[in-house]
Amino acid sequence: MSEIVLETKNLKRRFGAFLATNDVSIKVERGARHALIGPNGAGKTTLINLLTGVLPPSEGQVFLEGEDITSLAAFKRVKRGLTRTFQINQLFNDFTPLETVALAIAEREGVGHNLWKSVAGYDQIVNEAAALLARFGLASAMGERTVILPYGKQRLLEIAVAFAAKPRVLLLDEPAAGVPEDERHEVLQIVSDLPADVTVLLIEHDMDLVFSFANRISVLVAGALFVEGTVAEISTDPRVKAVYLGENA
Amino acid sequence: MSAVQQDTNVTAPSSTATAEARAAKLMKRRSRIRFFEIIVWIAAIAAYFVLPSKMLILTEIAILALFAVSLDLVLGFAGIVSLGHTAFFGLGAYVAGLMAMHFVAEPVTGLIVAGIVSGVLGLLTSFLILRGSDLTRLMTTLGIGLMMAEVANQMAWLTGGADGLSGFSPGPVLGLFEFDLFGKVGYVYCIAVLFVSTMIMRRIAFSPFGMSLKAIKGNAMRSAMIAVPARKRIVTVYTIAAVFAGVAGALLTQTTSFVSPDVLAFHRSADVLLVLVIGGTGYLYGGIFGAVFFTLIKDWLSVITPQYWMFYIGMLLVILVLIGRERLARWVEYLPERFSKKEDGQ
Repeated sequence: MSEIVLETKNLKRRFGAFLATNDVSIKVERGARHALIGPNGAGKTTLINLLTGVLPPSEGQVFLEGEDITSLAAFKRVKRGLTRTFQINQLFNDFTPLETVALAIAEREGVGHNLWKSVAGYDQIVNEAAALLARFGLASAMGERTVILPYGKQRLLEIAVAFAAKPRVLLLDEPAAGVPEDERHEVLQIVSDLPADVTVLLIEHDMDLVFSFANRISVLVAGALFVEGTVAEISTDPRVKAVYLGENA
Repeated sequence: MSAVQQDTNVTAPSSTATAEARAAKLMKRRSRIRFFEIIVWIAAIAAYFVLPSKMLILTEIAILALFAVSLDLVLGFAGIVSLGHTAFFGLGAYVAGLMAMHFVAEPVTGLIVAGIVSGVLGLLTSFLILRGSDLTRLMTTLGIGLMMAEVANQMAWLTGGADGLSGFSPGPVLGLFEFDLFGKVGYVYCIAVLFVSTMIMRRIAFSPFGMSLKAIKGNAMRSAMIAVPARKRIVTVYTIAAVFAGVAGALLTQTTSFVSPDVLAFHRSADVLLVLVIGGTGYLYGGIFGAVFFTLIKDWLSVITPQYWMFYIGMLLVILVLIGRERLARWVEYLPERFSKKEDGQ
């Protein structure tokens, strides 16, 4: 067994009387390709929000590389190597992809507070941003305003900007959601090409993608961890089928 | 950088090199001096020679412009709406008056002290605007402005109360240039301060810090997810803006040799917002363009219709907002972008 990088203990989140996350204890191994699946409303995105500090948990704890980060602000978790993409793009509409990625790199390098040197003066950051954009197929679009980019390109930028923070743990919330069929391949290729040393936790509805990409799968149902296992175990588990198809198994 | 370079099967190295060259060019172009900037400063100098009888209104414009540019740093960059920016302007005005009265008559010293004191107030009050929505921020800043006005009114032993401060006259600028009756030295002094301040703020605008402010404004959630410490950045920029607003207030005191409680009046906070609505936000020069337009139209209207000029200012505001903020913030983009020749074949 390899080392656990991300772990939750008895995590709960209530919205009023509704229990969106119900006592979830999950362990993600270093370098894993861990998929989080479950029917709509199972609490997958809520769990990601709790992990990244977008929402505070009602109860329970979150650990990153063995340290309790439950009460750590979201931006500090990013500093520690935990970042994410969003199901619905969260980008800077008026920025160009180049500016977006350059800022992410500047913050990672700890120079974001510098108010005297021009961004253009940071050659290394600009070069790295350019290389990253080229790698994500965004080189030709780097100077356009983000808001006018095709949706597929925005989706790639969503992953690129998260990746620019050099995460050790990357949470992908439905990376291919809403991407038109002809641009989908590009996004999926990028996801499967992510470096092996980056731990990836993926939410996805496309089972073909999940089974080909993941090496471990957790199934969430009604906020609680329903079952967890390898791809082979999950894909043949009759209970999982029942949950998805509503059959009585 | 290693993670990026170890994987070259997606893109060939040559295309990476092209991308790097293009990125460097784009980044440099971002902070390049634009055509309209040159025009602004040439016009400011030309006005001194062409309009010698208009020095007082031009000085008024320069002061309002500096005040508005400082607000743009908060509003146009960090996206913080404020209805109390005049708290810093007014404090700077009083500090400059008290300095000239009791300590040092030399204006630049007074200017610096006023900026520092206003900056301290900015730092202290910045913590009040960290939480909440636009509406709570509007109310908080409005409240601070009102409190400052009342404090100035009540502390008559220091501020002269409702009568204000008078009976002092600032000495020569840097001990060399005596203020004259026609306001010529006053104008040059104000333009020089406006120029230096705008250049400083311009530098801030194109730094990583300035970019992170726009990121916070553009998408708070994403900015947190790229590790931008939003609260720290807001505290910093609010303090910087307060310094420059205080400097603007000090300029008003020094060029008029008078401080009235009007420097803390609510209408000043409203006027400066209107200036930015007219000139556009997020590129600093909107404060200057807006100040020119606002002051001239106010002056013109108050001559042709002394009783009802506020009506037309109100109407102008409604029309401007109906046309749309988006378009307003961008009108300057329709001007030629650069004064140098086209360099890259995009």
